[in-house]
Amino acid sequence: MTSSGRHQHLEHFVSTAPFDPRSVEALTPEQERFYLASQWKLMWWKLKRHKVALVSGAILLLMYLIAAFCEVVAPYELQTRNSQYVYSPPQSIHLFHEGKLVGPFVYGWERSLNMENLKREYTADPSAVYPLRFFCQGDPYRFWGMFESRFHLVCPAEDGILYLLGTDRLGRDVLSRIIYGARISLTIGLLGITVSFTLGIIIGGLAGYYGGWVDNIVQRMIEILRSFPEIPLWMALSAVLPVHWSPLLIYFGITMILAILDWTGLARAVRSKLLSLREEDYCTAAQLMGARPKRVIFRHLVPGFMSHLIASATLSIPAMILGETALSFLGLGLRPPITSWGVLLNEAQNINVVALYPWLMLPVVPVIVIILAFNFFGDGLRDAADPYK
Amino acid sequence: MFRYIVHRLLLMIPTLLAISIIVFVIIQLPPGDYLESEIAELQSQGESVDEEKIAFLRQHYGLDKPLHEQYLHWVFGMMQGDFGYSFEYNLPVNDVVGDRLFLTVIVSMVTILFTWAVAFPIGIYSATHQYSWGDYGLTFLGFIGVATPNFLLALVMLYLANVWFGTSIGGLMDPEYIDRPWSWAKFMSVLEHMWIPVVVIGTSGTAGMIRRLRANLLDELQKQYVTTGRAKGLPPGKLLRKYPLRMALNFFISDIGSLLPSVISGAEVVAVVMSLPTTGPMLLSALQSQDMYLAGSFLMFLATLTVIGVLVSDIALAILDPRIRFEGGSTR
Repeated sequence: MTSSGRHQHLEHFVSTAPFDPRSVEALTPEQERFYLASQWKLMWWKLKRHKVALVSGAILLLMYLIAAFCEVVAPYELQTRNSQYVYSPPQSIHLFHEGKLVGPFVYGWERSLNMENLKREYTADPSAVYPLRFFCQGDPYRFWGMFESRFHLVCPAEDGILYLLGTDRLGRDVLSRIIYGARISLTIGLLGITVSFTLGIIIGGLAGYYGGWVDNIVQRMIEILRSFPEIPLWMALSAVLPVHWSPLLIYFGITMILAILDWTGLARAVRSKLLSLREEDYCTAAQLMGARPKRVIFRHLVPGFMSHLIASATLSIPAMILGETALSFLGLGLRPPITSWGVLLNEAQNINVVALYPWLMLPVVPVIVIILAFNFFGDGLRDAADPYK
Repeated sequence: MFRYIVHRLLLMIPTLLAISIIVFVIIQLPPGDYLESEIAELQSQGESVDEEKIAFLRQHYGLDKPLHEQYLHWVFGMMQGDFGYSFEYNLPVNDVVGDRLFLTVIVSMVTILFTWAVAFPIGIYSATHQYSWGDYGLTFLGFIGVATPNFLLALVMLYLANVWFGTSIGGLMDPEYIDRPWSWAKFMSVLEHMWIPVVVIGTSGTAGMIRRLRANLLDELQKQYVTTGRAKGLPPGKLLRKYPLRMALNFFISDIGSLLPSVISGAEVVAVVMSLPTTGPMLLSALQSQDMYLAGSFLMFLATLTVIGVLVSDIALAILDPRIRFEGGSTR
């Protein structure tokens, strides 16, 4: 009791300085940037470190640009024929003619018929010099079927020829046809994945969210669809597409067929994620506040693993492109005049082609490149989709 | 164990039924039946139509009955070994198919063995030498294998085999052995032709398998028991052989479930290109001429093959891994 008198009450200290909650652990500006970044930004940073994925992404972008502007990029129009140059081998580009710099040009062909195997043989004709023209007027076309134009990036010389990858049995330029084919082959994967993505999220979402018998039915359905070998089922389904359909309808039909088997993988991923996420507090909170299942699934749950879904969707595009190529190769898929890489490869079905006209197999090169690019890019995306690791 | 097998066998029945319904729907999708188009074609050529035979076929195969009865007719027929009638060949499907189903099974099995033989050492090497040049090189090679459409690879290999080794083009044996009884020479000829389709079909599956094996083994190699073993001084080779590898074996068996459908579907396209005497070319021609019973029974057969393959792999896994046996569930 005596001591209280001796001790003076300390004055209640109130600091008037503004409070900084991070005063204990001060964040460097660098850390701050990292901690406050959005998820997509983090993903982008992580993806940037994955060089192979970046290069693949650039290649994909370039390919899709070419597909979008294929009429301009291709030196010839899709159906331009030159019956004088049937099965012409690829021409090579030269720079110097008789020691003088001419700029990029090709030599003309001298034709002869080999009487032994009846094969047309072409030899370079040094007197015919066909310089390439750039940003020039060439074959007329309708850009996206709407605007008439004749503008090309590269065209053959006036009354000259330019067959950098050779010609096919009707004398059509293989390079131009590959470039036009990109439009169909590349979009069929995107369209297909859009359909299977939607199906996968909806069906997998319902199964994961409701569980119980809905989940059971969906699981059995997936198991049954998965026990079908893909290509024979695709073959059967595309064989029953009505013959009288227009090529465009067939194109959409094939897309649907490719998507019909593909959604199962995505649906499984969505389901297993939802099963664990629906137990989280924020989900219960949303339900208690009266949110409908549709809102809970799509507004609260799906964004949580959207990045994963996109990555795995990227990885399943290649299978679709290969599927279309295989179907068209067998003659069950797309039909001319719609031209995809598979339709082009259909011409290379014969073993004679490999022996005599190997350049007709060149459409396989973009197929390989695009599938590698999608695989590497998808791998990078998948790693980046988990930016906190 | 017995209970587990019975359980899995019973589960197979509804799956097969559902598959048969899907296949039947596909058979029925084209408008009209084959007989109608056949009659129309004959009449347009001015030939007489054997009304009696058509009527007999229509009645025998129940084409005049409502759909659900046709379906039941078809399913019960299959259970008794009658797969329907091939209108293109004018023969029962059973007679048309002949050896083809058997050869499809053989080619698929050899391909899976090949896939295992290649994927196993490479997968182990990639996992134990992670991020080495060898790992990168093999991974890239695997990716190329996935990216190349195998029908084109088949075409090129066929050509090269012909130029380099003088192997006759197409088929599973030299032409002179077709329809001959089996002999040593015929067997050798089959071997000589078999490796091309096997390698071609195997490439895509192998790459996927290597990647999955590598990932599995890497997970296993990071576990504590491996660290403990290493700390106690076990030689690396023995450590690998004794523990993580045995865990990875499990996965090898269970992966048949995903390998088999891809092998079978790859085999169909390759078989068309190489004109192998398997189901592929016949399925294609049946689909093109809309000979739907033939196509349907092929489809049904291929799906059944997959289901049985998965069943066998599940049972093998249960024998191998007591955890599955006791829980009575599948790992997939």
